Amino acid sequence: MAYVVPRPNLTWKEKIYLPSIVAGMAITFKHLKRMIKGETHVVMQYPEEKWDKSMPDHYRGAPTLVTDEHGRERCVACQLCEFICPPRAITIKPEEIPADNKFAKVEKRPKEFEIDMIRCIYCGLCEEVCPEQAIFLRKDYAITGITRAEMVHDKAKLYELGGVFTGLVNKWNPKK
Amino acid sequence: MSTETAAPAVPMVNVQIDGVWLQFPKGTRVIEACGQAQKFIPRYCYHPKLSSPGNCRMCMVEMGMPKMTPDRKPVLGADGKPEIAWIPRPQISCAQDVAEGMGIRTGSPMVEEARKGVLEFLLINHPLDCPICDQAGECRLQEFSVEFGQGESRFLDEKVKKPKNVELGPRITLDAERCILCTRCIRFMKEVANDDVLGIVERGSFNSIACHPDRILDNNYSLNTVDICPVGALTSNDFRFKMRVWFLKETKTIDVNCGTGANIIIGSRENTIYRITPRENNDVNGVWLPDSHRLNFKYVADERRLTKPTVKGQPVDWRTATAIAAEILKAHTAEQLWLVASGRQTNEELFLTSRLIDALEIEKQHDILPRTGEADGLLIAADRNPNTTGAKLIGLCTSKPGSRLKKLVEGVRSGAIKTVITLGEDLTKCGLTADDLKKLDAIIALDILPNQTTPHATVLLPASAWVEKRGSMINVKGRLQRLNRAVAAPGEAHDDWEILRDLIAAVSGSNGLAVIEDVFKAMAADHSEFAGLSLSKIGDLGLPVVTEKTPEPEPAAAN
Amino acid sequence: MDFLTSSDFWFLSLTSLAKTIFLIFLVVLPMVSYTVYAERRVSALIQDRVGPNRTGFPTSLIPGFTKDFSPFLGGLGQPVADAVKFLLKEDFVPGHVNKLYFWLAPCLAMMPAIVTLAAIPFGSEFLGVKMVVADINVGLLFMFAISSVSVYGIVLAGWSSNSKYPFLGGIRSTSQMISYELCMGLSAVPVLLVCGSTGLSSIVNYQVREGWLLAPFTNGGLSFREIALWVPIIIAFITFTISMFAETNRLPFDLPESETELVAGYHTEYSSMKFALFFLGEYTAMIAGSALIVVLFLGGWHLPFIPDGAGQGGLNFLHAIPSWIWGLVNITAFFAKVAVLLLVFIWIRWTLPRFRYDQLMKLGWLYLFEIALVNIFLTAGILAFTK
Ligand code: SF4
Ligand code: SF4
Ligand code: SF4
Ligand code: FES
Repeated sequence: MAYVVPRPNLTWKEKIYLPSIVAGMAITFKHLKRMIKGETHVVMQYPEEKWDKSMPDHYRGAPTLVTDEHGRERCVACQLCEFICPPRAITIKPEEIPADNKFAKVEKRPKEFEIDMIRCIYCGLCEEVCPEQAIFLRKDYAITGITRAEMVHDKAKLYELGGVFTGLVNKWNPKK
Repeated sequence: MSTETAAPAVPMVNVQIDGVWLQFPKGTRVIEACGQAQKFIPRYCYHPKLSSPGNCRMCMVEMGMPKMTPDRKPVLGADGKPEIAWIPRPQISCAQDVAEGMGIRTGSPMVEEARKGVLEFLLINHPLDCPICDQAGECRLQEFSVEFGQGESRFLDEKVKKPKNVELGPRITLDAERCILCTRCIRFMKEVANDDVLGIVERGSFNSIACHPDRILDNNYSLNTVDICPVGALTSNDFRFKMRVWFLKETKTIDVNCGTGANIIIGSRENTIYRITPRENNDVNGVWLPDSHRLNFKYVADERRLTKPTVKGQPVDWRTATAIAAEILKAHTAEQLWLVASGRQTNEELFLTSRLIDALEIEKQHDILPRTGEADGLLIAADRNPNTTGAKLIGLCTSKPGSRLKKLVEGVRSGAIKTVITLGEDLTKCGLTADDLKKLDAIIALDILPNQTTPHATVLLPASAWVEKRGSMINVKGRLQRLNRAVAAPGEAHDDWEILRDLIAAVSGSNGLAVIEDVFKAMAADHSEFAGLSLSKIGDLGLPVVTEKTPEPEPAAAN
Repeated sequence: MDFLTSSDFWFLSLTSLAKTIFLIFLVVLPMVSYTVYAERRVSALIQDRVGPNRTGFPTSLIPGFTKDFSPFLGGLGQPVADAVKFLLKEDFVPGHVNKLYFWLAPCLAMMPAIVTLAAIPFGSEFLGVKMVVADINVGLLFMFAISSVSVYGIVLAGWSSNSKYPFLGGIRSTSQMISYELCMGLSAVPVLLVCGSTGLSSIVNYQVREGWLLAPFTNGGLSFREIALWVPIIIAFITFTISMFAETNRLPFDLPESETELVAGYHTEYSSMKFALFFLGEYTAMIAGSALIVVLFLGGWHLPFIPDGAGQGGLNFLHAIPSWIWGLVNITAFFAKVAVLLLVFIWIRWTLPRFRYDQLMKLGWLYLFEIALVNIFLTAGILAFTK
């Protein structure tokens, strides 16, 4: 349905337009003045000033893998994150945990776990979908590299970035 | 609502399903009748190919029989249909046949309540380890819990611990905690594989599947238990933890390990095959597949695969290789040539081979290499070539495949035969020795993997494996079935039919065949069995084309 | 022949060359780059941002220096870095363009703007040399004539790019320039009437004698005639300035390259130095335009009470100081006025939204054109009655 926008009836002063130009210029000049006098502070000077301290807890930086308090890698290579990842940044090769391993009863773990940070769009769906609370988007945002290969985070790098997480999943812990 | 018109002898009975009156042949299971009426009944223990023990209680419905007057006449309602007296508790639908006037409710509150209850019980001791379970994604417990179950557990007690990671046999691992004791595996081994090694031990909630203490589960059909296990209790060692099922691209094709041509599904992801599972075709393999067949796909991804055409061991491009092969063929008289075709070729390839034979004018100098083994009385045929019937039909061999190979051996030894073309067969298996091969002027070989012949090949053409091509084959019973491409051929390897087409074109000029459908059309013009058909018309289940039973090839004494 | 060997000839050639080099390489090009820089800085400040504040001069590359030199505001090296970047970037010519015109267009965009500067008197006299490259008596007409050539650059760029956005940009630019040229010419007529000459030097000289046209009190007093003429002059000033905005494709009239509709308009397909030439052309045109406004309305190089380079006029006691210093002061005054106008250009750009195309045309043809026309008669009338 067509919707007719009523046009305002302008006075001759408004029609001349010059007063509004002057008013507009006054506004912009006010901003300019405040900037020059240092009264406005909006922009951060990035490498010197960082907002890391004020970063919210839910900040979505680079996805990382975490271990639990016993040193067990939480990821069981269910590949749900690989499935959900919109740009297909994740590649996982699962393997069986050998019987002599301390965590053998978990049975499965990733042999290779790679996140291509050139592809990752920091959407956080991997974190959301993970049934084992193993993948978290941490606060690292300055992910740089000189080659493409460097931008692919492998398992070791992901655990290094992720560190240890406690709580949340207790099902694999020894029963009392 | 059966379309079974061929057997009018079976009387029909009237059944009311969710208020609608329908007709079914007598003897139909209630669960099947509901299925035919588009009312799916969840089930665990019921399997159409096995007996019905009725032990899982998942398939409960509300049932009733017509109200009877004291003189045993049904009471008719206002609509003229019998009124139904509903049984006050739910009944299982998998162990009952339909009866005249029977009423079924598949979605009533009582049924829904019953399903919820059954699922809650099934999950009481379930470990809920879907993230690591291979069945996740095709697990009936997951599916039905979502569809019919309730969202949470009210169970507060400790779960029962059962054996996990138990090697039942060389190919199968059991996780007893995940088992829902439907006994499908037990019944399969007993009723289909005739190898009664599985059973239930312990009592009550400690019930658990186990193998006979002196036996292991190593039957050649054991992996079918993994297929029919509705949960992840039985897993295939070969597929275990390799890939999640939701990533797998499913390609419907047929097995080529023997003349049965069992229907299968290839599960692949990004050009890697991860598993092969049977596909239902009651005219061929039912729903089963032998382990030996389903695990025989690793060679396709072998790193020794031939990927580049070579001439005398030097890699060349396809154009050069084909031109050189054609030159060799033209430089010899027809008497100096011999061609070994293969019972593993598709009909289309065999047909093009026959065209090549015509072009080279070598009517009698060709045969296929027979392969035989022991038939197991179930699915494995004695003929281990998948397409002997096709080869006979298209005329690549006599009714006794391999009978002409003697002449090849004689000819090569006497020096009369100077050049041999082999299409995917190892000449040393045809009776020739390595010394014989050295005597030849030239060998033109088409193959996928190196073998005893390939080092001697003058022109070696890398071809495609069966999972990499389309085409058709005829099984021992004369059924025409389709192969489909699941993965791409490695490197520069070409489709076999393209190689043959280019070779024919190089020998005798262009033939106007652009796509494989053209080849089928040309073949249908020459062979009446294929008349009116095309690759797409064959369908997923195939069609019988050769009716008279082809005699089984006799075990070749030669090798 | 006589002329060629006369000392006049050599004097004229050498001083013209010196003036040209001074004007183009020492004033206009640096001014262009720093106008761009100013544009970025001012726009940033207006929008509460910071703007380019990092690029200094890499003095640490020179042995003996340990630190890069970063002048007080920071970022003053940015224009140099930009220039280097433009020169080093890949000069990509798309395959579908008409090569000849594609190459020609950027030159045609840049050259007219520079050539018009020749007629501008940017100072009084310096060491006896008149501070104007070509003191022609039809200076204003010359400027109008040459600057209208620059539309060819844009049209050719749009057409030869052989793709839709540049083409649309080119077409818009043509019609816009043609429309506003008319009213720009008409708005200048009152000035000519008042000063009685089309030579830019004479216009400036008139203003030195009678006070700046826009501020007639600068010669020390106001006559009734001056007050009466003030009205048409102010009107002329406004219409002239608005037309100048439109002629130089500045916001709010930057329709030929309006990013939101046309990607980048006529120079969408250009890269590297060819793109930079369009950029330079636009800013040079802006400088030429500001210079013209200064000459026509703001008294050119003249400052009240300051003598000219020949030691004439101004306050008497100032004559004690050597006159070449006053020559320099005049030049500085001229460019300072231009710089202020440039800042106003920038200020307006970051204040106003862009016009719609039909509004632009309507404004040009239905209002400015008529106003300028009537204004001529008004001026003529006043002049006739206040003789
Ligand atoms: S954050 Fe999103 S894009 Fe990045 S790895 Fe996770 S799912 Fe993929
Ligand atoms: S979803 Fe979690 S547990 Fe599953 S593979 Fe990804 S990180 Fe590992
Ligand atoms: S192992 Fe599987 S098939 Fe066998 S009883 Fe348990 S759930 Fe049923
Ligand atoms: S399916 Fe009927 S009881 Fe299991």
